This record gives sequence, C-alpha cells and structure tokens, in this order.
Amino acid sequence: MPIITYREAIRQALREMLRDPNVFLLGEDIGAYGGAFAVTKGFADEYGAERIVDTPISESSLVGFGVGAVMVGARPVVEIMTVNFTLLAFDTIVNHAAKIYAMSGGQINIPLIIRTVTGSGNQLGAQHSQNIEGHYAMVPGLKVVTPATPADAKGLLLAAYDDKNPIFFAEHFSLYNLKGEVPDTPVRVPLGKAAIARAGTDVTIISYSRMLHVCLKATELLSDQGISAEVIDLRTLRPLDLETLLLSAQKTRHVVMVEEAGKGTSIGGDVISEIQENAALALKQPIRWVAGAPTPMPYNRTLEKLAIPNPEVVADAVAEMLAGDHRPK
Amino acid sequence: MDRTMRVRMYQQMVLIRRFEEMAGEQYGRGKIGGFLHLYIGEEACAVGAINALRADDYIVTHYRDHGHALVKGCSPRAVMAELFGKRTGVSHGMGGSMHLFCAHTRMMGGYAIVGGGIPLGSGIALGLKHQGSELLCMTIFGDGAVNEGAFHESLNMAALWKLPVIFFCENNLYGMGTALTRASAMPEIYKRAEVYAMPSQQVDGMDVEAVYRAAQEAVAHVRSGEGPILIEAITYRFKGHSMADAVLYRTREEEERWKPRDPIAVLHQRLLQEGVLTEEAMTQIARDTEETVADAVRFAEESPEPTLEDLYRLIYAE
Repeated sequence: MPIITYREAIRQALREMLRDPNVFLLGEDIGAYGGAFAVTKGFADEYGAERIVDTPISESSLVGFGVGAVMVGARPVVEIMTVNFTLLAFDTIVNHAAKIYAMSGGQINIPLIIRTVTGSGNQLGAQHSQNIEGHYAMVPGLKVVTPATPADAKGLLLAAYDDKNPIFFAEHFSLYNLKGEVPDTPVRVPLGKAAIARAGTDVTIISYSRMLHVCLKATELLSDQGISAEVIDLRTLRPLDLETLLLSAQKTRHVVMVEEAGKGTSIGGDVISEIQENAALALKQPIRWVAGAPTPMPYNRTLEKLAIPNPEVVADAVAEMLAGDHRPK
Repeated sequence: MDRTMRVRMYQQMVLIRRFEEMAGEQYGRGKIGGFLHLYIGEEACAVGAINALRADDYIVTHYRDHGHALVKGCSPRAVMAELFGKRTGVSHGMGGSMHLFCAHTRMMGGYAIVGGGIPLGSGIALGLKHQGSELLCMTIFGDGAVNEGAFHESLNMAALWKLPVIFFCENNLYGMGTALTRASAMPEIYKRAEVYAMPSQQVDGMDVEAVYRAAQEAVAHVRSGEGPILIEAITYRFKGHSMADAVLYRTREEEERWKPRDPIAVLHQRLLQEGVLTEEAMTQIARDTEETVADAVRFAEESPEPTLEDLYRLIYAE
C-alpha cells in the first residue's frame, strides 16, 4: 500500500470528490495562495477559480453560503482556515446547518462538509491554539470528525462526502506531514465508528486526533513496565461510538481519557460520564482524565509544553491507576 | 397591470390578513404556542414581491413568515397546522410559526436568527449559479437585520460573484421595539447597497402594485446575469412585534397616521374606482377567504400530533 502524508491523503479525497461536477471548494486563500496549510496547493490551476473559490474573510456567511448552496443540490466543501475562526461561524453552524433538517420536519437536509484545522503547540498564542472541536460535539444534528492518521483522513473525508448531514471535519495541523499507508482506491472509513489503534488487556486509553500518537508513545513506556494498554481512537466525536468504548472498558476494567483540549472544554467529560453510566460496575478504579490545561493557551514555550499532555504524563497516569489495584482499600 | 394579477394580489392580501387575525385568535385560545409574529399591515410586501417570481424560484425568509409561505403556495391548511404543531403542518410540527419550510413550493424556510437567512438565500443563489440554472433566490429580511454582519458579508460576496439573488428588505421601521432611526446611522437602507456596487431602490411597501413593479424590474435585472439587487420596501406593522408586545415604544398618533395607508384598503379603493372589481365581488372574496381560513383551523384541530419516533428520526438524515 502506498505511504503518503496526512495532507496528501486529504488531497486525494478532495480530488475524488471534485470528480463530481457539483463539488466546489470555498475558503479563504485556498486558491492562489494554495491553502494556509498547503492542502489545496496547485488545485486552482488544475480545477480553475470557479471550483477552487477564494473567498473574502467572512467566515460566518461563508458557511451560510455553503448551507444555502447544498439546499439546491450543489456540494460545496467549505474550508475555515483554523478552528479558532470557526467561532465566527458558530451561529451559522449551530443555529442553521445543524438545525434545518429537524426544523424542516426532514424536508431539507444539509450535506455540507466544513473542513478546518485544530491544534495547539506551535507558540501561536491563545487565539490560534484551541482544540474546540469538542464544542461542536455538543450540537445535535452535527457530526464531528477528527482523523488521526493518513488513512483515516482520506477514508473519513470520503465518508463525509457520502453523508447527508452537516459535518465538522477537524484536521490537526501537526499531523499534515505524518506518513502512513493509505489505499490508492477511494475506500470509505465509516463515520461514528471508533478504531482500536492498539489492542491491549490491562487498560483502555481513549483519545483522538494528535493525542492518539501521544498515547501510542505512552504505551511503549508502559510496555517496559509490563503493562498492556489498549488504545482507542474516537475518530468521530459525534455521534460517539459507545459500543466500542464500553466493550473495551468492560474488558480492561481501567479507563483513561486523554485529550489535548483543556479539561471540561471538550468531549472527555462526556466520554467519561457515558462510561460511568453504562459500565461503572465493571471498573476497578475511577476513570482518569488527562487533559490540557483549562486555561487560555500561553505563548511561552515552556508553559505551552506543560499545558499539553505528553507521553510521560499519560504513562504516569496509567501506571498510578493500575498500582491502585494492589493498594489496600 | 394585468387584471388577473391585480385580483389575485387582492385575494392574497385578504387571505393573509384574515389568516393572521385567526392565528391571533387561536393563540388566545392556547392552540398556538411559542412566539407568534403577525404580518398584519405588511401584506403588500410579500404579495407584491413574491408574485414577481417564477413558481420555481426560491425564497428564504425571516420569522414573520406566514404571509410569505401563503403567497409562495403553501396551503393555508398546512400553515395553520404548523402553527398548531401538528404532523400535517408544513414543517410536520417541528418548526412552528417562525420556521415554516415548504420545499415543494421552494419556500426554503423562515429563520429566527435576525439576518440568519441572508447568507442562506445568497448561498442558494451561489448553488444555482454553479449549476448554470436560470432560477434565482429572493432573500427577505427586516430592517433589524441590516446591522448584522451577515447582511454586509452576504451583500459583498453576492455582488462580488454576481449571484442571482434579490435582497428584499421589509422596513417596518422597528427592530422589535427599537426605532430604525435609533439603531441605524444610515436609516435609508437602500443606500447601503452602493458600497457593494449594487443597484437598489426604495419602494412604497404599502402599495402592492408598486412593490410588484419594483420586484419585476429586480427579477429582470438579476435574471439577466447582472448580479444582485436590493429593494427596500417601507411598510408598517399594525400589530405588536409578537403577541407578547404591549407596543410601548411608539405613539398611538403614529399608528393612526399609518391606518389610511392600509395596503388592502388602498388596493380595495383602487380596484373599485377603476372598475376591476365590484363591491359584490369583494364581499364574495371576503366570504370565500373566511371559509378557507375556517377550513384551515378545522384541519389543524383535527390533525394528529407528531410522535416521539418523529423526534428521534430527525436527528440525522439517512
């Protein structure tokens, strides 16, 4: 299987979608500039300015134009440069895109993909370093997708294209150069299905997006201590794949939630409460929650590093939790 | 103007008036919940503007939307049933007064976020243009919406890309209870189009024929591929903002001054004077309308409620 980057995987999915003449891309600096993260580099020359449409800096209406266009059968894919700027379109996404299907009694569905870029860790300061995809995961009617690997980036984006609902598709900036095996063919990865990224028996570590890789590194540290960790990649934050989570939790009887976003600002709390509600009696220890600092992201390099979970922190949390099994009650 | 069209417009205005009065009555009986924003006084706007469109053109509108839905072709039965929250309503009881959707008539929704429909209507026009369609979208909003960012973002992009959209502003002089002059540094809304290099005009929104002519010109302009246009129709809401409004922010004298300009009375007089309709014919129209509205209420009363299954079925489209 070819080995390509996460960026190239997304490009392949977009190319596949662009075979459909109804598809066009709408976004800030996606054409002449080539995209802030070079995802659409060269596309404007290849597909023309009619289909790779540079827009004014008007995030709110940009998404609204996308919502309107899909109502008449066009299939624009909207790109918002970073997740931080999606807040300017929060109203459009939450009040319009996510509501129209239900509000119209099912007459009008909104098959709109909103691609954006999440993540922290580049000293970009508080307004450019958020992981607020979890905010969107609180919205009924919306699907929230967060690929962590090149294969999933391609497969989930193609599945999003097949879907009939509005989709908030958050790519992580630090993953664009990550390489991995990706099928040549337009294989779909189903939405709403978590992946067992690594099988294990002693503990279930749940995460998504870049934190998946942090957790996988942590499992190497844990292996050295004789701990077998299972790692689950949520892949879709809404709808959550509870079945996979509960099966794993019941098997390992230990759960650690890991996320880059600050505690209480993203999906972690919901994952934990669902597992507690549905599988608490199977667990040997209280669920642990390893998350980013619940603060605006600092600029300072040292502080920023401390604000984001790393493999050591994850491994320590797991080891400490498992040690609890042997402590007298 | 064509006699058939004039009569049709008169009938439609009478229907909206009577429908709205009945909606107010049913709200009082507790049959209609939530917010109810009546269109009484503004009938000439919807009737004049929407009649200039083709049946397969699209509209997007705001939360004071009963009139628009009725003119676009949604049945009075289905609109009343929606107000009653019934399964037979235009939005199957899931939208209510502020969210009438009627996709088969291309009434693409009433939206209750002020200005929220403006990007959506422009987006419909973008989709139509992308598909090489000759259709257009009319996006209807009030004077309250023109100070929202969505208005400016959308006018800019629509003009930039020459989209087939008519921006139709129903200026009833009040955003809820705040007078336009207290909210807008530039209260002549049509002038705002100029900064987006877009043509525009102001029209008497109490004269249905003037609105119709302005809308016809706008349709010709937009249909020819020249890009969007803004129409500002000056109108007056005879009732409160919603049923909960005690109307403390305007004087009774001001309301009295507008009464002689009642759009139905104006057309009524004109059609009589010009011999288009007789008093007898108009009485017959009133009687027929009475029956249509009574029938709509009966239908709404007798219709079933949506089910819990409907609630969960509508989370995602399959």
